[in-house]
Amino acid sequence: MTETALAPTADAAPRACTPAAFKSAVKPIWCPGCGDYSVLSSIAKAFAQCGLKPEEVVVVSGIGCSSRIPAYTSCYGFHGVHGRALAAATGVKLARPELTVLCAGGDGDGYSIGGNHFLHACRRNVDLTYIVMDNHVYGMTKGQPSPTTEPDWDSKLAPGGTGVRAFHPLVIALASGANFVARAFSGDPNGTAEIIAQAIRHPGFSFVEILSPCVTFRPEQRGWKELVHPAPVAETDDPARAARRVMTDDGFNVGVLYAGRRNPYPLGPRQASTAVADLDAAFLA
Amino acid sequence: MDATPSGPADAGVSIAIAGSGGAGVMTAGTLLLAAAAKAGAYGLMVRTSGPQIRGGEAAALVRLSPRPVDSLGDAFDLLLALDWQNVQRFADEIPLAATSLVVGDAAEGDPPQAYLATGARHAPLPLKAIAKGIAKSWTNMVALGVAGACAGVPRDALVAALADTWKRDADALAANTAAIDAGFAAAADLPRIARLPALAPCPGRWLVSGNEAAGLGAIRGGVRFVAAYPITPATELLEWMAPALAKVGGSLLQAEDELASINMIVGASFAGVPSLTATAGPGLALMTEGIGLAVGAEVPIVVVDVMRGGPSTGIPAKSEQSDLSYAVSGLHGDAPRIVVAPTSIIDCLATTQWAVHLAEALQAPAIVLSDQFMGQSRAIVDAPGDAGYRAERAVAPSGTADYKRYRDTPSGVSPMAIPGTPGLAYTADGLEKNEAGTPSSGARDHRAQLDKRARKLTSHDYGDRWADVEGDGPIAVITFGSSTAPAREAIARAKEVGVQARLIALRLLAPILPEAFERALAGVRRVLVVEQNHGAQLYRYLRGHVDMPARPASFHRPGPLPLKPAEVADAIVAAAA
Repeated sequence: MTETALAPTADAAPRACTPAAFKSAVKPIWCPGCGDYSVLSSIAKAFAQCGLKPEEVVVVSGIGCSSRIPAYTSCYGFHGVHGRALAAATGVKLARPELTVLCAGGDGDGYSIGGNHFLHACRRNVDLTYIVMDNHVYGMTKGQPSPTTEPDWDSKLAPGGTGVRAFHPLVIALASGANFVARAFSGDPNGTAEIIAQAIRHPGFSFVEILSPCVTFRPEQRGWKELVHPAPVAETDDPARAARRVMTDDGFNVGVLYAGRRNPYPLGPRQASTAVADLDAAFLA
Repeated sequence: MDATPSGPADAGVSIAIAGSGGAGVMTAGTLLLAAAAKAGAYGLMVRTSGPQIRGGEAAALVRLSPRPVDSLGDAFDLLLALDWQNVQRFADEIPLAATSLVVGDAAEGDPPQAYLATGARHAPLPLKAIAKGIAKSWTNMVALGVAGACAGVPRDALVAALADTWKRDADALAANTAAIDAGFAAAADLPRIARLPALAPCPGRWLVSGNEAAGLGAIRGGVRFVAAYPITPATELLEWMAPALAKVGGSLLQAEDELASINMIVGASFAGVPSLTATAGPGLALMTEGIGLAVGAEVPIVVVDVMRGGPSTGIPAKSEQSDLSYAVSGLHGDAPRIVVAPTSIIDCLATTQWAVHLAEALQAPAIVLSDQFMGQSRAIVDAPGDAGYRAERAVAPSGTADYKRYRDTPSGVSPMAIPGTPGLAYTADGLEKNEAGTPSSGARDHRAQLDKRARKLTSHDYGDRWADVEGDGPIAVITFGSSTAPAREAIARAKEVGVQARLIALRLLAPILPEAFERALAGVRRVLVVEQNHGAQLYRYLRGHVDMPARPASFHRPGPLPLKPAEVADAIVAAAA
């Protein structure tokens, strides 16, 4: 369905793919000005920087505006059900460890219905990259609070605000064992591309929270470009230092918080030591 | 194909061994079954215990026969109790008749009234005192000797079974061998019960549970990835598969919940590896959305549901056939899926293997309806041949021109591109789509894709495996799963009183094949649907899908107790009236 710039050709020389090679011809459903356009470009740039080929990449998503992204790439895509993208992505990677797996979605998909899988994916530390396009709202369903929404944000579903403290994804990711934790901003496509590329290259579970404004339901987020700032310190591989730092995070620090050294979840290839027929012997009466 | 169906196991014997936790009841039962296998008998053993996590009262329910058995009979010939602590709990599960014999240890008090009230004969034996008289021996080994002697299991077979599993020192083995002998001798004075005839040993048979058989069937079929969450009574299936998969180059992941499990296997299968999970009713309920995703995105998966008492948390450690409705229709939208059900413990192997083949060939989810009775009971069976089913997915080869993942085809099956293949990348989607896979809300696309997904299941040739049709007669007894064996025995009994009935033991529960039913019901005057649930689920389902002769009848009863041949036989005779 997607037209790839990599149709098989007669020439034998392999060539590195450009970012354009990773984008499909499908027109996104996103609103003009949506931060996700920029994130899509950053992802394509990152894939190119990492020297990947579209057929070697699987983009897995759940449900929401940002979860429509797989079809906008020329890679293999899996558009699953709400909140379960990390589970599907884990299945893909465990089945085919040689593929690059990018899991993507929004703050509702990832932190609300997907919260349990987020926690366990960080714990499990399978080598894949998880990008959350966080706009502090449910956009697809037209404007309800998400776990990262401020407690006093008024909406039809929660008039006067939820009154519930916002979820802090970087804290949870770090505490749960994610091996790479970063924040990016869609308003800086090149910087975001660098962070995504670093995340892909980093072994284990890499988590990148990308602030990506929703211009339709959170028009005030156009002001995010004034609020984001580079993190005041460089990345660390010390989880304790990262933990101390993240507890004073204002939610707008951009950069890599933590690039750790945990061993990733052991993946294949798995050698067979027994023929299937040899399993029978254990049943002999 | 499977072993030919057995006739009535009239020459069989049923023994229940019971006692408090720690008395070694299960060990005695397991050894009795193993010994019977060595002696050339068939049989099965059901375990039942109190609710305690460990050390609760327990009963081993063993049925032995010269012919294959797949169910318990109407009553037990012998109830042998090491003690009576809380053993009255099992009264419903250990039905006795006047011809039955209750043997307890007089030092442990009288049998509970629940057992004596049946009119069964009663004879005590000083089991504990006998064991005490042999240093280093255990009471349950004395009991094993008693049980073997009463049932006609040769002494040498009992001793050999003990030696096979013995892990301690040689002195203790000698002592417990002596205990078996002492029990064997002590039984000589007991009133006689039905017993096995002399049999020739038949090496090469298997001792296997339904859960293990299902796991092996999955691996034989080609499954190499499992993601799952523990749940009674499916956990042993997963625990058997974990090391077995590793040996053959696969892997099993314990997921954080069933929501993760089902989505992991959809992802793994999308990526190209045949995948499976196993669960029970509550877990199946959680997996529903993920199963629907496999339908919509056309991804093969196998979900084994080891049914237990429902609804909700229900009765976790007991069997019931009450997930049928859910399995055949429990998805939102018009969502065709494959549902198969093994008819016996050993059939769990070939039917799960078949499910893998069907799921992969039809790019759809296949639910295997096993149940706690088959899953957790262990049977002596003929070594099964290889049914031959394998995962054979239609894969789009590299270089396919104008590839469209969801292209409509006459069979409804469209080749899958496997990630890694250049030039064929697509996005699998739960959203409705056009042939290229682009999301679509259009009427034509929706209709075309719905037709495709339905047609691919209904146009497949399922062969003879869809049901076992046995015998002839104007009455048709239709059943599935673990109700098959009692129904078969019941038909044999009905024949003895002149009522001819044929058995239709269904394996394929979805899709329903109208022409196959028509052929199977040719000449049938009356249908009796037999099942172990409260809502007559199979009866109602078939009435909606199959043309049946006037006044179809239903015999249905919920768990936790298995259907008895006698009650089904009564229903058959009544249906003939």
